[in-house]
Amino acid sequence: MEIKVLGPGCKNCVNLEKNVREALSTLGQDAVVVKITEYADIMAHGVMSTPGLVVDGQVVSCGRVPKPDEIVEILRGGQS
Amino acid sequence: MSVVSAPTDRRLIGKLLGAVVIWALLYALNEVVWTALFERVLGLSLDDRLPGAIHFFLYDVSKILLLLVGMIFAIGLLRTTLRPERVRAFLDGKPILLSLLLAAVFGAVTPFCSCSSIPLFIGFVGAGIPLAVTLTFLIASPLVNEVAVALLAQTFGIGNTVAYMMAGLSAAVVIGFLLSRFKLDHLVADFVFATPVAALQMDGRKPTLQERVDAAREETADIFGRVWKWVILGVGIGAVIHGWVPTEFFARYAGPENPLAVVVATFAGIPLYANAAGVIPIAEALWSKGMALGTVMSFMMATVALSLPEFILLKQVLKPKLLAIFFSSVAAAILTIGLGFNIFS
Repeated sequence: MEIKVLGPGCKNCVNLEKNVREALSTLGQDAVVVKITEYADIMAHGVMSTPGLVVDGQVVSCGRVPKPDEIVEILRGGQS
Repeated sequence: MSVVSAPTDRRLIGKLLGAVVIWALLYALNEVVWTALFERVLGLSLDDRLPGAIHFFLYDVSKILLLLVGMIFAIGLLRTTLRPERVRAFLDGKPILLSLLLAAVFGAVTPFCSCSSIPLFIGFVGAGIPLAVTLTFLIASPLVNEVAVALLAQTFGIGNTVAYMMAGLSAAVVIGFLLSRFKLDHLVADFVFATPVAALQMDGRKPTLQERVDAAREETADIFGRVWKWVILGVGIGAVIHGWVPTEFFARYAGPENPLAVVVATFAGIPLYANAAGVIPIAEALWSKGMALGTVMSFMMATVALSLPEFILLKQVLKPKLLAIFFSSVAAAILTIGLGFNIFS
């Protein structure tokens, strides 16, 4: 599984990355979390309102910071 | 909405209604409680300068914070529907005048985090939305926002608030229209047009009520956490002006017949960039001490729309010449609005 956090690096993006890591540890899973800060790469995902969350190439949330519980749900859903 | 979620939705709606009632009650009791505390419990007279100023401060801070929480939450519920990504799809391919109007209106109602203004700019322009339309969106967004409108209506009355909104939206549209008459695309940083912009691919699932409420609550907490100190500062300055600046003081130096005051107010507003919640209490105090309405409006608009941090951000995507054109047209519009209001009000 590959997880990307899209955002130029404001507070929300940092919070999102933290929540992702928390979700991963809840799941007891290990995954690569990549931070995408280049605008061109963010745009290529179609996201304009940062932070965006991308799991396996799929945008699962943007413009807000999902809570760890919600990310757990998303990651579980993506697995099945 | 599925049948299974209906009972939880109903409970949630009940909770929301309960919150509305509590909010309205607090709002209605605010002044009564502070006045009773000062006059009955502490035995102070509100006509005295210091108790009067402290009473005003406590009452006004509570009032504004309550209004803020209510407004941000209500708008937060809508925010999950109106997203920049959808606005972009909506603006695509519309005739220029209609696009400009829509961009101004969407700018006013679509909140976005200021750290999103660059991705938003690239996302719009790179996807083929005309530059002028994008700039109109960026002007309208800070100028006319839900926080400003709620506080203005409360302190300056509905008439003045509508006038402010119309002036702000017209300024955004007119600037966009004028800029659309010129070829300015070469003044955008080269990489913007070279950026491949994809349409957002997300499943079209509608957010549930619970998710909307959660999102609105988070947003309220987030904005409130950033803004409350500015409210306290703004009301504090307002209270000092109310208590210690003689009545009619500003009428003498910044009355309607002094066009220079509009210029001074506009430039004074630029470095004061904070946000509407902090500025409006100060503006209200200036107004009550006789500053002309147009001058007050210029001051307010300059503090929210001529934001140095945002221009520094925009420097990444606009070449200096376009940045200067953008900055000076917004400043010119604010001056025109101020002078116009002073002449016609």
